[in-house]
Amino acid sequence: MDQNITQPLVTVRNCRQAYHKEASADLVVLDDVDLTLHEGEIVALLGRSGSGKSTLLRIVSGLLKPTAGEVKWRGKDLKGPAEGVAMVFQSFALFPWLTVQENVELGLEALGVKKDDRDERSEEAIDLIGLGGHDTAYPKELSGGMRQRVGLARALVVHPDLLLMDEPFSALDVLTAETLRTDLIDLWMDKKLPVKSILIVTHNIEEAVLMADRILVFSSNPGRVAHELQVPFPHPRNRYDPAFRQMVDDIYGIMTRRPPKEVQAVPTVPSGFATPLHHVGTNLMSGLMETLNSAPYNGRADLPALAAALQYEVDELLPLGETLSLLGFAVLEEGDLILTETGKRFAEGETEDRKEIFAAQVKAHVPLINAIRAVIDQRSNHRASAVRFRDELEDHMSPEYAEETLRTVISWGRYAEIFEYDEEAQQFGLEEDDEEEEA
Amino acid sequence: MTNYTPTALAGRRLPNRWDGVALLLVMGLLVALVEVGRSTISAPITMVQNTPIHLDPAYLPYYALRSTARMFAALFFSLLFTLTYATLAAKSRRAGMVLIPILDILQSVPILGFLTFTTVFFLGLFPGKVMGAELASVFVIFTSQAWNMAFSFYQSLTTLPNDLQEASRCFRLSPWQKFWRLDVPFAMPGLVWNTMLSMSGGWFFVVASEAVTVGNTTFTLPGIGSYVATALAQENLKAIFYAIVAMLVVILLYDQLLFRPLVAWSAKFRFETTATATGPEPWMLKVLRRTALFQEIGDFIGAGMRSITRLRLALPARTQIDENREPSKLLDGIWFVAIALVAAYAAYKIVQFVSGTLHWSDVGTAVLMGSFTLLRVMVLMVIAALIWVPIGVWIGLRPKATRIAQPIAQFLAAFPANLLFPPVVLAIVYFHVNPDIWLTPLMLIGTQWYVLFNVIAGAAAFPGDMKEAVANFHIKGFLWWRKVMIPGILPYFITGALTASGGAWNASIVAEVASWGSTNLAAHGLGAYIAQATAAGDTPRVVLGVVVMSGFVILVNRILWRPLYTYATRRTTLG
Repeated sequence: MDQNITQPLVTVRNCRQAYHKEASADLVVLDDVDLTLHEGEIVALLGRSGSGKSTLLRIVSGLLKPTAGEVKWRGKDLKGPAEGVAMVFQSFALFPWLTVQENVELGLEALGVKKDDRDERSEEAIDLIGLGGHDTAYPKELSGGMRQRVGLARALVVHPDLLLMDEPFSALDVLTAETLRTDLIDLWMDKKLPVKSILIVTHNIEEAVLMADRILVFSSNPGRVAHELQVPFPHPRNRYDPAFRQMVDDIYGIMTRRPPKEVQAVPTVPSGFATPLHHVGTNLMSGLMETLNSAPYNGRADLPALAAALQYEVDELLPLGETLSLLGFAVLEEGDLILTETGKRFAEGETEDRKEIFAAQVKAHVPLINAIRAVIDQRSNHRASAVRFRDELEDHMSPEYAEETLRTVISWGRYAEIFEYDEEAQQFGLEEDDEEEEA
Repeated sequence: MTNYTPTALAGRRLPNRWDGVALLLVMGLLVALVEVGRSTISAPITMVQNTPIHLDPAYLPYYALRSTARMFAALFFSLLFTLTYATLAAKSRRAGMVLIPILDILQSVPILGFLTFTTVFFLGLFPGKVMGAELASVFVIFTSQAWNMAFSFYQSLTTLPNDLQEASRCFRLSPWQKFWRLDVPFAMPGLVWNTMLSMSGGWFFVVASEAVTVGNTTFTLPGIGSYVATALAQENLKAIFYAIVAMLVVILLYDQLLFRPLVAWSAKFRFETTATATGPEPWMLKVLRRTALFQEIGDFIGAGMRSITRLRLALPARTQIDENREPSKLLDGIWFVAIALVAAYAAYKIVQFVSGTLHWSDVGTAVLMGSFTLLRVMVLMVIAALIWVPIGVWIGLRPKATRIAQPIAQFLAAFPANLLFPPVVLAIVYFHVNPDIWLTPLMLIGTQWYVLFNVIAGAAAFPGDMKEAVANFHIKGFLWWRKVMIPGILPYFITGALTASGGAWNASIVAEVASWGSTNLAAHGLGAYIAQATAAGDTPRVVLGVVVMSGFVILVNRILWRPLYTYATRRTTLG
C-alpha cells in the first residue's frame, strides 16, 4: 500500500446518518460531521449516550453506510469493513464457545493465515496483552478485565492500522478499567502496539483526557461535533495535575451548556409535549436533592467533584442533573448543579409534602402529564389508552426514546398520584376515590 | 433441566394472509402427494418381497437395530433440512415470508394420516425394491422431527447477539465461516434440546410406520413396530411383552448414551457470560471426555470439522449495512405475483380434487368428529393436570425426588405409547366396556409425561427466597396453590400441556381405532374418521380429515395456548 505520510488514514466529510420515519421528519442521528484521522494519534469521541458517537465509529469501521457524506479509508471510498481496521467492543463480543486462543485467532482465520503462522501470531498477541497462560480458558471463566484483554488481543493480532474502541472500559469496574487504560497507553508509548492510530469512543471525560491527543466533543439530538480540543499533556498523565483538572472542568462546562435553540427545529403540537425525558426514578431524585441540600455542598455542587464522590460517571450524572433542572428543582450552570428554593423545600419535606411539591412541579413543567390527565378527565369511563400517546411521541423521537419518555411519565404520574396505569391493558386511569369524587 | 419455549408457542405473529397462502401451499402439496400415490396404486404394484417377521425374541435385537437405524437416517435428513431451510428463511426476507408460515402449518399436520400415500409414493419411486418402503418409513419419522428443529434453528438465527454479528463482520469472516463460527454454535443448545425431544417423539412414528397397509397388502419392514403388528395379528401377548422390554432397553441406551451426554455437552454453547452451576456430568460424557482413546478420536473429528468450517468459500456478500436501503419494489412485486400464482394453482387443484366426491355435509361431519376428538383431548388435559400437577409440584419442591423422578419422566415420554395399546385393547374386549370412553386414555398415555416433567422443572425452578417468604408469612393450603404455586409453574405447565395435547391429536389416528386379532374397536372421532377412510381407500375423505385436524390444531394453538403462554410469561416473571 502507498505509504504516504501526509495522507490521512480516514477522512469523513459532511457525514449524515438519519433513520427514515414514515410519520414525519427523519430521525437525525448524525448531522454534518467531519473527521480526519492521521497516523500516530489517539482521538477520542466524547459525548452523551444518544449523541451518535458509536454510530460514527461504525461508519468509520465500514460496518454502516452513512445516509449521506463521504468516507475515505487511505484515500479510497470505504465499502464495507476494511482490511487494516479492527474493533474492540464495549460488551467484549467474545464467542463463549471458543477458547481464548480460538477467539484471538478469529480474525486470522478470516484472512486465511496458515496454522503455524496463526499460532505464532496469536501467541505473540496473547503475551503482549498479558494473557499468557490463559490460552485454553473459555471467556466465561475469566473476569471482565481479562475478557477485555482477549478483545484487545483479538483486535491487535491482525496488526490493524486503525484500532477502533467502542467504550472499551465502561463495562469494567473503576480499578480494572484504570489498569487496562494504563497498560494500553504504556504499550502505545513504547511503540509496542502493532497499530498506527486509535479512535476511541467514550462518555467518560477523564478517560478521554487521560488517553487522547485530540478530543471531539459531541452534542446530542442530532449528533454534531460541538468542540474539538487538543490535549497538550505528555504521557504518563497525572489526573491530579491542576491543568488536567481544569481541562476536565472545562469539558464538563461544554457538555452542560444549553444546546443552541435552533436544534429544536420543528415546533410541535402542544409546546414541549415531545421533550424526551430520561427515566430518572423519584427515589434517585430525592436522594440527590438531599445530598445537595446537606453539607458539604449546601445547595451547590461542582459536577466533577459530585460525580467522583457519588462514584457516578458523567453519563449517569448529567441526565439526573438535567431532570432536576427540567422540573425546576435545580439549575445547571457551567458545570455546577445548584438547588433551587423548591428543591430545598422538597429535600426538607416529609413524604406527603414531597408528593405535593412534586405533583405541582410536574404539572408546571411536563405538558405531557397534563395532556394525559386532560384526556382521562374528558372520557366518561376515565380511561385513556397509552398507545395514542406513544404514537404521538414517536412522531417526534425514536421509538426507544418514546418508550423511555412514556415510562418516565408513568412513574412520575404514579408517584405524584396524578393518574394510575394498567400495564396489562396499556391504559391510564384514575384511582378509585378520585373517580368517585369526579362522579 | 433446561426449559425452552416450544416452537409452536414462540411465534408472536398474528394470523395474516401469509398463513392463508401457506395453508393453500401445504394442502396443495399434500394433494399432489396423494394424486401421485393414487395413480401408482391403480397401476399394478410390483410386489415387494415382504420379509416375514419372526416372533422369536432372538430376532428382537436385530429388529431393534433396524428400527434405530431408521431413526438415525431420519435424523440425518432432519438436520440437513434444518440447516438449509431455516437458514434460507432467516437470511432471505422474501423466502422467510413464505417459509415460516409453511413451517407453522406443517407443524400441525398429523402426518400419520398420510402414511398410506407416502408409502405408495415412495414405493412408486423405487418399484419392486425394499428401498421404497424404507424411505417411506424414514420420511414419516422425518416429518415428526424436522419442523420443530427447523423452527428452533430459525429462532436462534433471528436472535443472534448484535455484537457478535458485528465482530464477525468487522473481522471479515466469510458467510461460510460465520455460519459455523457463530450461527450454528449459538443455536446449538436449543437445537440439541429440540432434536432430542424430536427423537423422543420419533419412536412413536418408528413403531407406527413399519407396518403399513395399502389396500389389501401390508408392507412390513423388519423392526420392532412390525414385530408388534405381527404379534397383534397373531394374538400373541407374550411377543408384545418381549417387544415392550426390547423397546425399554433401546430407549434406555438412547437416553444414557446419546440424550443426556449431548444435552450436557451443548451447555458449552450456552450464551451466557458467567459460569453457572451445572448438574453432574452424565457418566457417558465423562467417559468420552476423560478417556485418552475417545479424546483422540474426538480431536481427530474436531480437527477435520474445523478445517472444513474454516474454509473461506467466499461468496460475494453485503457486509456493510445500509439502514436507508429500501428493498426493491419491482422484485417484491414479481415475488408476490409468483407466490400468488402458485397459491391459486394449488387452490384450483384442491377444489378439483375435492369437488368430485365431497359435499359440504362431509365437511360438517369431519368438523363434528373433530369436535368429539377436541372434547376428548380437553377432558384428558384436565384429568392429566389434576393428577400430575400436585405430583409434579411435590416432586419438584424436593431436590432429591426431582433428581430421581425427572429422568424417569423424560424416559417415559420417549417410550412409544403405541406398544402399550394392545394390553388396553385386550382389556376393553374382555370387559365389553364402551370404546368411546375407554379408548380415550390411549391418546395421552405417551404424552402425559410432558406435563409431568415440565411441572417438575417449574417447581424445581421456583426461587428459594420466595419459598422462604411464603413460609415466613405462613401461606398455606388453597391460598398457597392460588397465589404462589400455580402462578409459579404456569409457563412450564402450559409448555408441557401444549406438547401433550399436540401429541394427543396425532395419536388419535392410531388410538381411536384398535384391533385385536379379528376384533375391531372404534371410537367416534376425527382420528377414527381418518383411519377408517384410509382403510376404505377413500382418499378425498382422508385429505379432508387431515385438513380439518390441522385446522383444529392450529386454532387451538392460536386461540388457547399461545395467548395463555404470553399471559403466563408476562405475568409471572419479574422485570
